[in-house]
Order: sequence, then C-alpha cells, then structure tokens
Amino acid sequence: MKEIFRLTLILTVITAASAGVLAFVNQKTEQPIENALREEKMEAVRNVLPPFDNELTEDSVFISDIAGDTLEVFVGKKNGKINGVAFPVLSHDGYSGDIEFLVGVNLDGVVQGIEILTHSETPGLGAKIQSEDFKDQFKTRGINNPEVWEVEKDGGIFKQITGATISSRAVTRAVHKGLKFYRNHIDEITGGENNDYERKKGNKEKK
Amino acid sequence: MRASKEFLKGLWSENPVFRLVLGICPTLAVTTTAVNGLGMGLATTFVLVSSNMVISMIRSFIPKKIRIPAFIVTIATFVTIVDLVMNGYFHALHKNLGLFIPLIVVNCVILGRAEAFASKNPIWISIVDGLGMGFGFAMALTVIGAIRELLGNGTIFNISILGESYQPLLLMIMPPGAFIVLGILLGLMNKIEIKIAERSGREPIISKTHDCSGCAVHRKWFDFSSSEEGK
Repeated sequence: MKEIFRLTLILTVITAASAGVLAFVNQKTEQPIENALREEKMEAVRNVLPPFDNELTEDSVFISDIAGDTLEVFVGKKNGKINGVAFPVLSHDGYSGDIEFLVGVNLDGVVQGIEILTHSETPGLGAKIQSEDFKDQFKTRGINNPEVWEVEKDGGIFKQITGATISSRAVTRAVHKGLKFYRNHIDEITGGENNDYERKKGNKEKK
Repeated sequence: MRASKEFLKGLWSENPVFRLVLGICPTLAVTTTAVNGLGMGLATTFVLVSSNMVISMIRSFIPKKIRIPAFIVTIATFVTIVDLVMNGYFHALHKNLGLFIPLIVVNCVILGRAEAFASKNPIWISIVDGLGMGFGFAMALTVIGAIRELLGNGTIFNISILGESYQPLLLMIMPPGAFIVLGILLGLMNKIEIKIAERSGREPIISKTHDCSGCAVHRKWFDFSSSEEGK
C-alpha cells in the first residue's frame, strides 16, 4: 500500500512539472501562432483582391451562410470606394477531406483570383489545385460567364488537372457556389439598404 | 573515444531507419520532399536529445514500475513544445508536416533510446547518443525525401534538377514510392556494409542469412556473450 502512494506521488510530480513547462511554452507561443495564422489568411486575401488602401480587418463583414456558419467577408476599398470583396468558400467534395479557399471578386462579381487555404488532397495530384495555372483560369469569370460552371470533362470550360478530376471539379463547383453566395448577399456585403446583418464596425458604406 | 563511438553508431551501424528499422511511420509518410524529411528529422532530433537528457537526469528518481509512463510524459512534453514553437515560428513547415508532429510521441526510436540507453547512462553520453540517433534519422529521412522529390517532381530542396522537360514519376511522391525507395536503400546499405566488412577483414554487422540473428537489435539485446552493453 505504501508503494502505491510512492509511485503515485512520483508520477504526479513528473506530470505536474510537465504541465508547468507546457503552460509556460503555451503562453509564450500563443501570440506568435495567432499572428502566423492571421498573417497567412491576410496574405491570401491580399492575393485575391484588387489593390486597396483600407484596413481590411476594420471593414470586414460577418455573414451567416445557409449552413449557419458565420463567414468573415473582407471588403477592399480604394479611396473610400469598394472595389473588391474576398470571401471564404468551403467544399466538401474534395478527394480527401474539405477544401477551404478564398475567392476574390470585384463589385460586379467577376473573379479576381482564388487562393487555397487548407486542403488534404494527394500531393503531386490533387494538391496541384494550388498551382497558378489552375487557379488563374477562374480570373475574369463571372457567374454567367461561362454559363456552364464545370470542368471540361463535365462539359464546362475549366481545364481539370490530369489525374485529379475530383479535386478540380470540387474547386470549380465551389467557386460557382461562392459567386452565387456573393450575388445573394451583395447588399449586406457592400452595405446596401437592407442591412439587417450585424457588422463589425458601423461605418456604413453607400453604394 | 566512447562519445564518438556512441555518436557514429547512430549514423551507420545502428542507424534507426536503415539498420534498426524503427520510426518507419514518419519515415514513409512525410518524406515526399527533402525539406519535409529534413524538418521532420530535426524536430525528432530535438525531441530525442531533450528527452534523453531529462530521462538520464531523473533516471535514479524513477521507479522501474512506472518508468514507461514517466518516459512517455517526458517525451510528450517535448513534442508539444516542438509543435507549439514550430506552429508559431515556422508556420509553413508546420503546415506541411501537420499531423506527424504530434505523432513524434509514438516514434519508437525515441522511447527505444530512452529505455535502452538514457535510463542506464549518464547525461552527457545520453545527449551524444540522442544526437547520433537523431542525425542518423534526419539523414535517412532527407535522403529518402531527396530521392522521392527528384524522381517525383524533378527537384531537390525545391531547386530544379531535371529541368522542365522531365515528366515527373508521380508514383514516387505517393505512398508506394516511399516503400520502394526505402526497400532499395535498405538493400543498398546492406550490400555496401558487406563490401566494407570484406575489405577491412571484419565480420559484417548484418548476416547474409535471412533470420533474426543477423539483426543489430538481436545482437545487442540477446547475444550477451559478445556484448558488454545493456548491463
């Protein structure tokens, strides 16, 4: 009986020391991790928006999508006028796991660029959705241009990546979905009259 | 003298990947590029050296009955530190290695060294053992990563080697490629070892017959007559 107390005590001392060390490291790295994640996202936002001069984090709009998730939509402004919108899109149709990416559009809903945030597609195959060649095809495309938002294999105009049709199809359809989302929420995003959605900061912008 | 012996054994005669064939999960999974292999190898080296040091430090304090949980807690602590620090300061690499960082905890190389070496040896020599084993592991992962990246993508460390016209052999950066490269390298290492042993007139550390008696682990742990280790 005495032995079991001794063992318990020793193991408790070891785990307590470990917990202390981890608490310290966690406290020290919390801010850098948050910054790194934020920086990663903002880098992507910068890549998909036309040149802007406002502080994005102050003008971002929060919108609930069909699934009930709140999305952070970034609004880019030049000289106080909105010239671009970037919003996150999530696809559940990837080859392995969800694909999360950002779509940037101008006010008319024409794609300015897309940027993949997270994915777990096969390296060397599906992972090529990150390549410039693939991503650039969506530039200058709007919701009605083309009418068939599909990869070539499904009768559309977007080139699928060889050996990774599923990944390409998932991204293509999700971009289309994102454009519909933008069309449906354009007033809320750009601060039209029917603004009954919560905005992070007042600062209403008339179109 | 002993220090250099303990260091060098990790690189060649007891290389964790090519001789002991330990820690194969990360070896196969993350070596799609040379950078990933090197990053994983260095992260593992850090954990291995730190855990060897701490376990050697507290070895007289840990009762035999609870040594395994004590080792695992120590190792897990260092792995979590690596995970957090890497996420904060080397975010891109952390993203690539992803799930495999937390999985360093269950890398048998680390628990193996804690149990077989650090818990029986003084601090200084345990650190050297950790360094040798860690570098051996990192070297193996980098070599496998470089070969797979070269054949599967035409580059090494993201530097184009084979040029634009090279048609990448995708198989090499997919899971089967890892098995193929590791298998060929294991065979080559054995071939070279036999050649070297013949030339210097000593007994090769692997045997040409196919049974367990030729394995470095078997010799170390079961053949007590010729070994002074493990007392």
